[in-house]
Amino acid sequence: MAASDARARRSARPRRRATVSSVLGELLLTAGVLALGYAGWQVWLSDAVLGEQQQQAARAFAAELVPGAPAVADASAALRTDEPPVEDRAADRESFAVMHIPRLDEFERVVGEGTSRAVLDSLEQGLAHYRESAMPGGLGNFAVAGHRNGQGGPFTHLDEMRIGDRIYVQTASAWHVYAFRNHEYVPPTAVGVVAPVPQMPHVPADGRYLTLTTCNPEWSAAGRLIAYATWVGWQSAEDGMPLELAATLGRA
Amino acid sequence: MYAALWRALPGPWPVRLAIVLALLVLTAYLLIFHVYPWVMQTFFPTPDPTFAGSDRRSSAIA
Repeated sequence: MAASDARARRSARPRRRATVSSVLGELLLTAGVLALGYAGWQVWLSDAVLGEQQQQAARAFAAELVPGAPAVADASAALRTDEPPVEDRAADRESFAVMHIPRLDEFERVVGEGTSRAVLDSLEQGLAHYRESAMPGGLGNFAVAGHRNGQGGPFTHLDEMRIGDRIYVQTASAWHVYAFRNHEYVPPTAVGVVAPVPQMPHVPADGRYLTLTTCNPEWSAAGRLIAYATWVGWQSAEDGMPLELAATLGRA
Repeated sequence: MYAALWRALPGPWPVRLAIVLALLVLTAYLLIFHVYPWVMQTFFPTPDPTFAGSDRRSSAIA
């Protein structure tokens, strides 16, 4: 009874005809909601969504970098400070290393060769090696760029690095370990930050540096945020993930 | 348009509401994980974090 009453009431109500303008209006409202949704997504969700894809890609790439290596090195594999193995130059856009930065929250990203958009915006890579800079562990400056926000935004929290924070660069031959030293805020023209000795373009390479470059302030290319690190030592890739890193990640 | 969609759905109103909510969740999922990532990668390049002139060959690509 109640159901038929309801049906009777509904059919009694005059049904409004869909007109061209009502359909157009609804389509425009929908477009507005979708556009606002995109804006919100870009600000709050994009780096989580795209960054997670880069993180997964890095995990997969790291897993097959050295087939047969143990997941975690045993306690006998200590950090070495003798001459590290020389890394071969990579081809343009080729993935050749994985960078781990525990301070950036279980951060793992693939480093690709050359600072092209193809590498920076890639969901398989995200970090881009300055072609003319040294290779990981090499004498000189291993310089790497990454987005501050957007396209995975690997370096959103680069400003939170603290002195001594470890940066691990995993290649097919070695784990190169660097320690964060300092930040620098520079204009976009300060090419000297990627020089063999950072900011001393005329001095020949005298040590092993690592330089990370990203945008500053967030979402803007007005300036650059630089993080410098110095080389601490290396471990063979055959040994597996350095115990110190594994312990930090809770994988030891 | 949406009124027509509502009328086209089967069942009493709680069932229709459930279907509409399920459709909204599906739409949101597709937008967040597939459509918006594509939009960002295709139409909204983020500022270049590199240095002008530091890498001549690749700045041509960028």
